[in-house]
Amino acid sequence: MIVSNLEIIPGKRIQQHFGLVQGSSVRAKHVGRDIMAGLKNIFGGELRGYTELLQESRQEAYDRMLEQAKAVGANAVLNVRFSTSSVAAGAAELFAYGTAVILE
Amino acid sequence: MIDLIILISLLALGYGFGQYAEKKHYTSIRKRELILRSVPVVASKIPPQGKPNYDSQLVSGSVVVSVDYFKRFVAGLKSLFGGRITSYETLLDRARREAILRVKREAKDMGAEMVFNIKLETASIHKGRGNGIGSVEVLAYGTALIPN
Repeated sequence: MIVSNLEIIPGKRIQQHFGLVQGSSVRAKHVGRDIMAGLKNIFGGELRGYTELLQESRQEAYDRMLEQAKAVGANAVLNVRFSTSSVAAGAAELFAYGTAVILE
Repeated sequence: MIDLIILISLLALGYGFGQYAEKKHYTSIRKRELILRSVPVVASKIPPQGKPNYDSQLVSGSVVVSVDYFKRFVAGLKSLFGGRITSYETLLDRARREAILRVKREAKDMGAEMVFNIKLETASIHKGRGNGIGSVEVLAYGTALIPN
């Protein structure tokens, strides 16, 4: 499965378009991590716990997108975009979407 | 009185650790930027034509950074008068450069020659309490072109 955020893959032709595939995941913060983050808010610096948390949930959104692409029979997802929005206080939605295609 | 002492000690702690952390982070960023200069990151959408022997792979890097107490306090004062808030500028600058460095690191580990169509996405988290921005997440992603 080729996943790329380019519209064209060099050297490959698009045979068939399947339209948009997407995946999302909503995560809430974890109390333990929140306390650490509160401390870091005084000292400044990287919040490793949050970086990991967001990365995990983004990976989940990404995996869901790939599942959808596989289900329609695509072998590549092009023009992938990520987006983040906060739905409620303390929760974030991570969203990944792209175009499923069959490449030669 | 107690409140004042707590505030002052928080400011002092924030100032001390914050300055130290920022300085350390900048030194490390500069060092890694020099090392990873061999992997150019390009914002162009169109991949190089005429050289079709590339594999492409999505790479991403993200970082969550927080501003310290002192800088948030200063930014709060600044927002009364308006003007540039340099303390947040350096925060975002650090976050973006760090995210791009992580993309480059991942691309280099894959043996990529360059990274195309880089996109940067910024989200502010930890909005809950008060109106302080607190921490930001920056995500950078792009397509790594790996010669095969």
